[in-house]
Amino acid sequence: MDYPGPQVVEIFERLGFTHVVWLPDTALGPWEAAIEASNQIQLIRVCREGEAWAIAAGLFLGGSSPLVVIQNTGLFESGDAMRNVLFDLSMPLLAVVGYRSALNAQSTDSARAFTEPVLAAWGLDTVIVSSADELPKMAEHFERCRLAGEPGVVLVAEGRM
Amino acid sequence: MAGSSTSRMPLAAALEVLVPLREDRIVITTMGAAREWPKLSQHPLDLHYIPSAMGEAPALGLGLALAQPKREVLVLNGDGCMLMNLGCLVTIVASGAENLTLVVFDNGIYEVTGGQRTAAAVSPAQVDFAGFARASGFASVRSFASLAAWQSGAAEMLALPGPRFAVLSVEPVDDYQLTSPGPMSERLARFQQALAAA
Repeated sequence: MDYPGPQVVEIFERLGFTHVVWLPDTALGPWEAAIEASNQIQLIRVCREGEAWAIAAGLFLGGSSPLVVIQNTGLFESGDAMRNVLFDLSMPLLAVVGYRSALNAQSTDSARAFTEPVLAAWGLDTVIVSSADELPKMAEHFERCRLAGEPGVVLVAEGRM
Repeated sequence: MAGSSTSRMPLAAALEVLVPLREDRIVITTMGAAREWPKLSQHPLDLHYIPSAMGEAPALGLGLALAQPKREVLVLNGDGCMLMNLGCLVTIVASGAENLTLVVFDNGIYEVTGGQRTAAAVSPAQVDFAGFARASGFASVRSFASLAAWQSGAAEMLALPGPRFAVLSVEPVDDYQLTSPGPMSERLARFQQALAAA
């Protein structure tokens, strides 16, 4: 499934994000050129996903508007950092999470099996985008989360595994 | 651990050196530094990262440095925390942030859990935190094995091009106790007010 980078970045810019803090997967990685071409958004590359949440927290504290962009495997890896910034520090951070194998109904990928239950366990307001036509749901969801002052996640589905 | 066991400096004394030098820097503390720094400083731009995600203080500092590029950020980190997130050294340099100083207090143990030795402390290799920072591309890297060296070199280190990295060999503390500095929400609100006012 392809999600055109320019269309995605146009949404990010319209939402006023200043920084994308990311470690991408195959669905998200093609956005790199469009993010780098943005005059509004600075791309921050991390080495492990936990860093992304803490960097985003610092950016938010300092008055910027960050977006975390990681794969669902990275979501699992970064649980402690996410727990800390979303719940201990009560920061309403927003994230786009690549949903590996979501579109492959036959997949036995455990990352697919645990993604939605884990997000539900954290109590995170989540929507799934399953095609480029559904990208407007991303903007609507983030706007709703901002109005509520709550964190939020958009799962971007792919189906290679 | 950097330096010999006879030359390690007390953590409190090492921190005391920074008090007159911090000026209007944001100071982020964690673990042992978060216990000692509040005894020395009550600055509105102090942020005690408690409760924390262990290892993430440098990342939090990087976010602040990127959001506040005209302000210097000083992160006071532990060696156990540093070991947990060595990749952040690469992330910091790759980000292009120059207004960040990362100081690692190396005592070779996890104080919070009772003083168990870190993997670096028992490794047959001489684990070199400064070497990690240098290889990651930090503009300025220094090691301080004694309090006298730190006292004479700290101001110069802070004036070097950033990002800066310093590792200090400090004494372990036997009776570690870390009390909460108060509700995080209130502390964050005060910190953000101070940022906005400065």
